[in-house]
Amino acid sequence: MQTSSYLLSLTIWVPIIVGILVLFCHRDAQKNTARMLALLGSVLGLIVAIPLWIGFDNTSAAMQFVERLTWIQRYNIHYALGVDGISMLFVLLNSFTTILVIIAAWRVIDEKVSQYLAAFLIMSGLINGVFVATDAILFYLFFEAMLIPMFLIIGIWGGPRRVYAAVKFFLYTLLGSLLMLAALIYLYNVTNGSFDIADYHRVPLGMTAQILIFLAFFASFAVKVPMWPVHTWLPDAHVEAPTGGSVILAAITLKIGAYGFLRFNMPIAPDAAHALSGMMIALSLIAIVYIGFVALAQSDMKKLVAYSSISHMGFVTLGFFLFNSQGIEGGLVQMISHGFISAAMFLCIGVLYDRVHSREISAYGGVVNTMPKFAFFAVFFAMANSGLPATSGFVGEFMVILGAMKVNFWYAFAAATTLILGAAYTLWMVKRVIFGEIANENVRALTDVNSRELVMLASLALLVLFMGVYPKPFTDVMHVSVDALLQHIALGKLN
Amino acid sequence: MMTLAQLNLEIARPEIGLLILIFVLMLFDLFSKKAQRGNMLQLGAIVGLVLTIVSVFRTAEDAIASAPQYAFSNMFVVDQMSMVLKIALLVSVAVLLIYSRDYLEKRKLFTGEFILLLLFATLGMMVMVSANHFVTLYLGLEILALSTYAMVALNRDSAVSTEAAMKYFILGALASGLLLYGMSMVYGATGALDVSAVAKSIEFSRANDPLISFGLVFVVAGLAFKLGVVPFHMWVPDVYHGAPTPMTLFIGSASKIAAFGFLVRILGDALAGATGEWQTMLVILAVASLAVGNIIAIAQTNIKRMLAYSTISHMGFLLLGILAGTKDGYAASMFYIISYSLMSLGAFGIIMLLSREGFEADNIDDLKGLNTRSPWIALLMLTMMFSMAGIPPFIGFFAKLAVLEAVLQVGYTWLVVYAVVMSVIGAYYYLRIVKLMYMDEPIDTNPIIASQTMRATLAVNAFAVLVVGLLPGTGLMGLCLSAVQRSL
Repeated sequence: MQTSSYLLSLTIWVPIIVGILVLFCHRDAQKNTARMLALLGSVLGLIVAIPLWIGFDNTSAAMQFVERLTWIQRYNIHYALGVDGISMLFVLLNSFTTILVIIAAWRVIDEKVSQYLAAFLIMSGLINGVFVATDAILFYLFFEAMLIPMFLIIGIWGGPRRVYAAVKFFLYTLLGSLLMLAALIYLYNVTNGSFDIADYHRVPLGMTAQILIFLAFFASFAVKVPMWPVHTWLPDAHVEAPTGGSVILAAITLKIGAYGFLRFNMPIAPDAAHALSGMMIALSLIAIVYIGFVALAQSDMKKLVAYSSISHMGFVTLGFFLFNSQGIEGGLVQMISHGFISAAMFLCIGVLYDRVHSREISAYGGVVNTMPKFAFFAVFFAMANSGLPATSGFVGEFMVILGAMKVNFWYAFAAATTLILGAAYTLWMVKRVIFGEIANENVRALTDVNSRELVMLASLALLVLFMGVYPKPFTDVMHVSVDALLQHIALGKLN
Repeated sequence: MMTLAQLNLEIARPEIGLLILIFVLMLFDLFSKKAQRGNMLQLGAIVGLVLTIVSVFRTAEDAIASAPQYAFSNMFVVDQMSMVLKIALLVSVAVLLIYSRDYLEKRKLFTGEFILLLLFATLGMMVMVSANHFVTLYLGLEILALSTYAMVALNRDSAVSTEAAMKYFILGALASGLLLYGMSMVYGATGALDVSAVAKSIEFSRANDPLISFGLVFVVAGLAFKLGVVPFHMWVPDVYHGAPTPMTLFIGSASKIAAFGFLVRILGDALAGATGEWQTMLVILAVASLAVGNIIAIAQTNIKRMLAYSTISHMGFLLLGILAGTKDGYAASMFYIISYSLMSLGAFGIIMLLSREGFEADNIDDLKGLNTRSPWIALLMLTMMFSMAGIPPFIGFFAKLAVLEAVLQVGYTWLVVYAVVMSVIGAYYYLRIVKLMYMDEPIDTNPIIASQTMRATLAVNAFAVLVVGLLPGTGLMGLCLSAVQRSL
């Protein structure tokens, strides 16, 4: 697998470099050039990511497509990249979603077009960097740098309370990540000067140190996931972000938090992870059940989907801290599936918002009469969001519930309530927005989806269906890596 | 009787050269025609600074190859640390000259006096970082301080400037007094003024002498005044606010580099034997500075005052590295101070660029909608702000990383966590600037006029903030470490 070892660098730097080029097309006359260039960049980004899937060796848990260069000698920092079964799919997911976001912005964003597109492309590269970095400082660099474009996206192109949301988002995440930085520096000292994540996995640590490290990483990743009770930035950020921002937030950045648990918390502090699993499971279940009820009470569509995201991410963290392979794989499948479904949900809301400029559920009703094609997709994705079998939403939830059943019946019971709650809040929203009589003149004037929107929604629908019917290609990729991780965690670091 | 050869004058070539340049420019200023005076003086000063940089480099070659070299019977030293610091401060003075030209000309302050005072101050700073004797240290400090007082007062018709200069002068003189008093006690205890002799004496016999501890308190207080750390920070906001922006920039960049050199020579070298004692004092100063600097900055509406409080918090960070008391710590602080002066050059450079004739862009609202007025300049300011907040990939992050690593190494975990929390508070007011630039509508719609030289220099400056931390290989961090290792 060492043959094409420049691939990962390409997935990071192609979008970033194209993004910087787009930034130069800032004149009004160059808007279309900027759009074409950005689309080209995002497609190129996906093209360079596809060989990862083709060339990936499913039978190995080791890092693949490895790149390693000495970078900052003074602190023994390396430019080290690699993917395993846990991270590979997210690179693809991110590269794919970036294309959707660029298309979604095509006509909608008309101010500071080049900056908007450039921000998304640069962020796409940085997010790929987060998933493939195997050096802790490199990881941290991408992890933090990502905040800058996201802050600007929410703050410049967002809704009325955008500045509040952007600042809240930034400061919440910054506090978490700086605590993580402190933990990384501590580990650097313990390992006698290494920032290699693999070294952190191996280094023996006492229980107190493990607990503190676990909590420091937890502070960082729990905010990103987000877990209850540090989730409050997410509804604000989602509601105020432009459609593209919401899509990237829900589909990708939330996954980074969960990915962090698998890459840092559990292998570096396995005994602490066991000791604190009760807390993690409790927080996850609260997110699933309580936030599910909160979603039920929303009158704003974006807020509803945002709360639904928190609830679904609760499934992911629940799966992880069950410490069995169904749980973790189920969590991973749920992450990918939620990446598709939440992206689709936010795109659907975007389609309506672009036409009516309202996100209130009460501003709609009877959309099916004027937008039949759109209604088809909206209902389909709503079904997927509530976990209908044969859609990808079902697979992950089912696996996690199975995993939970092995550990404790009541965990499984509580988690399973989401099948009811999820269906309740999603379908109720669909009923109020899509079905019924035409509610007002705005709805009467609606035009159905154009081909640009159709392409986005159809491609996501196909993926959701494919993953729901035949999830094997996805689980095959992660299987060996997850088993290796579980073995490592089971060994522990004490004694 | 000492011969000229024993004085070892040649290693002071850069300083002597700079002094000659100052005299030449002084004469030129007197006898030249007014029309070309500004251009010629600026050109002369910049060429002179560049030549001085070359000369610093050449002079230090031997010192780097073998051991530090001494002149004037051990009063003056040339080593790798002095070389790096001198180059850093010379570069920042040269950049400052480019940035301040338009600003000062519009206010009729771009005169021979300004350039001469600036160069005198530079000379003082060079003496400071090369000093190996308490008297030389003090001499350098006073050359710097007296020139700076005069520079702050240069705009004599402005009441704010005069007030700032007055405050700066009185408090600065007090600080010098404290410092001298402390030095005299150290002299009383050790019988030496030579840095290495003091160090030896403390190490071998007098580590616990109360006279030393007593002197130490005064020395630390004096240094704290000069650096502007809490609780000796009262002058900082007023002086930053009142002084013409180029002078503020000078105080916030080059002179901080020199102050670092001073601090390390005294605490890290001469008083290294008493590390345990000054460490506790610095912990208190750093903790207070981080809190006061970051929290009060939030309430500021004047950007120069805001940056003044930001400086206070950055100086707190600088002290964190020094209080580690290790070579890693000094190196981290050295890297920090050089990075900081890069950022502050950029930030103040942009403030000067936005100011016009009769208009100071020093209210934070003046930055509103900068992205609409000029995306390019907004991007540069964004770089500076995120770097100051310590967000990667900018240099400010690597500086914080280096300092925190050094502090954690000596076991001050709580201090690291504290510094981290304070950084989050600090990030808020940097974010606010970014928010104003990108998310608000402009109030001021006048076109932004700036010379090509200035635009280019600003771009290079921002580029440096972006890449200096990212440089592969040894980089600036490695250079700082080897400089400290070979010099102390």
